Amino acid sequence: MIEVKKLVKRFGLKTILRGLNFSVEPGEFVALLGPNGAGKTTFLRILATLSRPSLGDVKIAGHHLPADAAQVRARLGVVSHMPLLYPDLTAEENLRFYARMYGIGNMEARIIQVLEMVGLENRRKDLVRTFSRGMQQRLAIGRAVIHDPEVMLFDEPYTGLDQDASEMLDDVLRSVAAEGRTVVMTSHDLARAEDLATRFDILSRGVIAASATHTELNNTNLLTFYKQALAD
Amino acid sequence: MIEKPETLDNRPQTLDRPSSREAAHRPSFIKATLAIVQKDLSAEFRSFELISAMLVFSLLVIIIFNFALELDVKVRESVTSGVLWTTFAFAGTLGLNRSMSVEKDRGCMDGLLLAPVDRSVIYFGKAISNLIFMLIVEAIVLPVYSMLYNVNLFRLDLLGVILLGSIGYAAVGTLLSTMSAQTRTREVLLPILLFPVAMPVLLASVKACNGLLTGAEFSEVLTPLNLLIVYDVIFVAIAFMVFDFVVEE
Amino acid sequence: MQPKPLALKILDIASIIALAVATYLALVFAPTEAVMGQVQRVFYFHIGTAWVGLLGFVIAAVAGIAYLITKDARWDRFEVAAVEVSTVFFFITIVLGSIWARPAWNTWWTWDPRLTTAAITELIYIAYFMLRKGIEDPEKRARFGAVYTLLGGISAPITFMVIRLFRTIHPIVIGSANANQEKMSMTGDMKVAFFFGLFAFTVIFIDLIWHRIRLGSLEEKVEQLKLKVSM
Repeated sequence: MIEVKKLVKRFGLKTILRGLNFSVEPGEFVALLGPNGAGKTTFLRILATLSRPSLGDVKIAGHHLPADAAQVRARLGVVSHMPLLYPDLTAEENLRFYARMYGIGNMEARIIQVLEMVGLENRRKDLVRTFSRGMQQRLAIGRAVIHDPEVMLFDEPYTGLDQDASEMLDDVLRSVAAEGRTVVMTSHDLARAEDLATRFDILSRGVIAASATHTELNNTNLLTFYKQALAD
Repeated sequence: MIEKPETLDNRPQTLDRPSSREAAHRPSFIKATLAIVQKDLSAEFRSFELISAMLVFSLLVIIIFNFALELDVKVRESVTSGVLWTTFAFAGTLGLNRSMSVEKDRGCMDGLLLAPVDRSVIYFGKAISNLIFMLIVEAIVLPVYSMLYNVNLFRLDLLGVILLGSIGYAAVGTLLSTMSAQTRTREVLLPILLFPVAMPVLLASVKACNGLLTGAEFSEVLTPLNLLIVYDVIFVAIAFMVFDFVVEE
Repeated sequence: MQPKPLALKILDIASIIALAVATYLALVFAPTEAVMGQVQRVFYFHIGTAWVGLLGFVIAAVAGIAYLITKDARWDRFEVAAVEVSTVFFFITIVLGSIWARPAWNTWWTWDPRLTTAAITELIYIAYFMLRKGIEDPEKRARFGAVYTLLGGISAPITFMVIRLFRTIHPIVIGSANANQEKMSMTGDMKVAFFFGLFAFTVIFIDLIWHRIRLGSLEEKVEQLKLKVSM
């Protein structure tokens, strides 16, 4: 589903990603872990077609980036730590806007469906400005899912959420992943990642330093695995 | 304490996948552009923050001009178009800045860039929204000015020139505000970038409006009008071609 | 660090010689103009600097387009060099123009089309530097700079055309002297000074741009070395 070969990303003279290789099968849920500044957000932005690679090969759902970026976008759903919602519009209006931008047929039914999925349909006529951070994140996921993308990218979705909100986000993420979507999620929260993901990749100093599936980890603690990968 | 909405428990465990793949095809250029315009207008008509700021600012500028220029009846006719266009130019920068900062501040620009549409859809959508905001403000300022200075500004030809001038201004302004929003100095930079490059619009519009108001020969109005139209066409085309370079990373 | 190429060294010397000769031609060789006297000699330098100023801006716009198409940083360095050198020369043009205007028209400034467009053009290129200064990422800086030189390069001529329409409204300057009239009444010797002035400034212009481009690549090398050291 996602294939990345020798990806290099430079900003001016600084090289953030140094020949990164990464590969995800359809249906996998990959947790991308790593310290601050390792390049997780940069990498995710490239996958999200928001940023261009300096060198290397990126393929999503068979399409090469950045050449076929437009085709890829239709099949991508992205949730970042910013909700990407308009505060002066209602939840419904926000979703309607994105539904239009993705060319979705049968809009109204779909909007209701999505609102129900994230548990916000009784707040549909409320301005997003009045939403708590947790509710905004849930609506943001709704926005990301509205066009039924095959691939979902989450960049630190739990940032700024309290315990209750995080648990709600867990539920939503689980249901999103349960539908066979391919998910890549960056996170600082190892416990949550361990719970949700099928595979763990550690990004350190611009490359994937280590990778292990849930079964491979079996007896090892994720934290131990993480620390070991960074120590090398 | 956030109460867990009951709906989260008894919602469908998995989302019914649409049987036909109704989602995820690319929307038409026009529909997507109109979606952006509608989004901007809906948001604005709820709070009126942008338009009220532009409006109040315009009225203040006109009042300042009143004292700065000591407009007696004779002089008024010849400076009206200058005063009006200066006002529109300054108020316009307010609107352009605000319109773009909404997208930038909440990362909504990413949301727009993620959509499976041509980048120019974003340009045209924002430009049209910015134009509409300018026109709304102008539509209110003109009658007010008419009343305050006893000058008849309700002429179709005058309104036409103002429309063409606003189009040129919004076209370049939207492109430049997209750029300035990405710099360190942000809003401060926009007038510095915009005014020199938008000079032809302001000068030609003032000249044409002046010609109309002072009852000059049609040829005196036609030439600046032609230049204005040329500018509009050229710069909309350039902005459309160049917008990609300004939003990519 | 590459040493200065031989060609550049020769060009440096050629520029100095050309400037010296042009100065001689303008100040000594050319006859004193009948109407305006000695001050008219400023004209030879004024036209030279104006010519390279405008040339530079056109080159900058072309370099900008080239950068957008190729994404090669060398075009960006070329563009910056052209804009920088032109901004300075154009400023000199405006100052020299003022020096000439005072005795000729009894005013330091007039809002005639050429001067006004010159002032606006100068402001466009100052804005260009302010734009570049506000951007950290060099790639974005180059892209935005290229876009702005394009916008500026196209809007300035249109500004000129529009301002010409205003001439009838603003008061006509005393004596209504303008450069065209001067040019038409140039004698043979004056033409020599005039054309050599153009030539000399073109040589100087190329020399300065070359230096500036070299400076740009050296700056880049320093940044790279700094980065290596800090790692």
